[in-house]
Amino acid sequence: MSDMMAWPRKDGRKGIRNVVLVAYLVECAHHVCKQIARPFAETDVQVIGFSGCFPSDYGQQMMEALCTHPNVGAVQLVSLGCENFKKQQLADAIRASGRAVNLVTIQDTGGTAAAVEQGRAWVHDQLADLAAMPKVPMSVSELVIGTICGGSDATSGITGNPAAGVAFDMLIADGATCIFEETGELIGCEHIMAERAASAALRPEIIKTVNKAATYYAKMGYGSFSNGNATGGLSTIEEKSLGAYAKSGQSQIKGILRPAQVPQTGGLYLLDVVPDGPPKYGYPNINDNAEIIELISCGAHAVIFVTGRGSVVGSAISPVLKVCANPETYARMAADMDVNAGRIMQGADTLTGVGTEIRDKLLALGNGAQTASEALGHVEFVLTYKTASPAQPGCHPG
Amino acid sequence: MQHDPRLLVLSGQDNVAVLTATVHAGECIQVAGRAIEIASTLGLGHKLALRAIRAGDDIVKYGFPIGFAAEDIALGGHVHVHNLSSRYTTVEITE
Repeated sequence: MSDMMAWPRKDGRKGIRNVVLVAYLVECAHHVCKQIARPFAETDVQVIGFSGCFPSDYGQQMMEALCTHPNVGAVQLVSLGCENFKKQQLADAIRASGRAVNLVTIQDTGGTAAAVEQGRAWVHDQLADLAAMPKVPMSVSELVIGTICGGSDATSGITGNPAAGVAFDMLIADGATCIFEETGELIGCEHIMAERAASAALRPEIIKTVNKAATYYAKMGYGSFSNGNATGGLSTIEEKSLGAYAKSGQSQIKGILRPAQVPQTGGLYLLDVVPDGPPKYGYPNINDNAEIIELISCGAHAVIFVTGRGSVVGSAISPVLKVCANPETYARMAADMDVNAGRIMQGADTLTGVGTEIRDKLLALGNGAQTASEALGHVEFVLTYKTASPAQPGCHPG
Repeated sequence: MQHDPRLLVLSGQDNVAVLTATVHAGECIQVAGRAIEIASTLGLGHKLALRAIRAGDDIVKYGFPIGFAAEDIALGGHVHVHNLSSRYTTVEITE
């Protein structure tokens, strides 16, 4: 028996979801997208987009990576008509990936109602085509998994994050690709992390990447530390970082990725979310959802989200598996959670036990299971301006 | 060194332990064989000093420094943002 069943894509990757995206290319087209998607709320039709009207290389890269993500089956693009987004370039990239794409420009179709009608008719036809598309076997080695922690507290680093690390190690042993991130929450761990680099050349790059994040956040005036972190018993960024770092497990670090860069071989990668150069456009990622979508832009089929305080979010495109680190939070919010790692705190299970459960539940997502956030209809999506980053030289083997 | 079962010591080098359950004001908790009365309720995950810590000394958790003591901390004392400072970025509590 194969590990999972998935939809094959032209580039050789496989999807564990077959989503129809309805994507706005400027905020002015957002309402039309919501209206197009409304009758299909019970199916995998999801709205994403880029709000800004000014040109953005980063926005362009991200939208191309997301619209050609293996979990995506077809894309309805909606343009107002006068925005700066390079919509033909995006449509061409989607078409070249073997996916159906339809571009509706509101100013050309005669306004809101006509654009909504055209978009709905196209999405309706796509759903029928995608429903008939056969699935093929998919192995663990073809899987890409991201991990993030949010709404962290002092339990995150003791139960949920190390258990996610155990799941990562198990997946990597079977050839999967795993990605961890948020260098602003690895401050203080750079030297122990560098010791895990797969090559001597990568070691100083890891330290440089974390130092860049520390400098960036220092200039912004606030570190990645929230009121809830402190209420939950965390006192410093070093303490939060050591807990967050545990998500990465024990495997060798193969390389550093930049947003929208898809790793070509299995193993563990660090996603560098902080742009080079002086701060521009604000915080690197304004919230957890912006981080999740960057992991997905690197090809993540699913994301492990460890929370202590109790986050409820999911994401467009890829399922988000919620691991609750705090037993008191789990007791209050069980319906939003997929895994209760808090039982480790109570001595009722081990890191290996919970890590195995996380791995098994991720594989179940490739066999028709849904996450709690999917069942509750969470499809959060945030994409803002950011300086585009070139691929890290000398660090990425693919 | 006798510690209350509600205290979790994550590494042998640590000078703080973590509460595995909420401890309410007025309750007593055993730290290194001494009974310490908890002044105000502390949530699960908060830290207590396993020994007296002098101002400027590292606070060690998971076997690694997580900052330094901003003031002298007594055995059993609550170690948190009021007496533990980062060597990297300052934590600002906005509300």
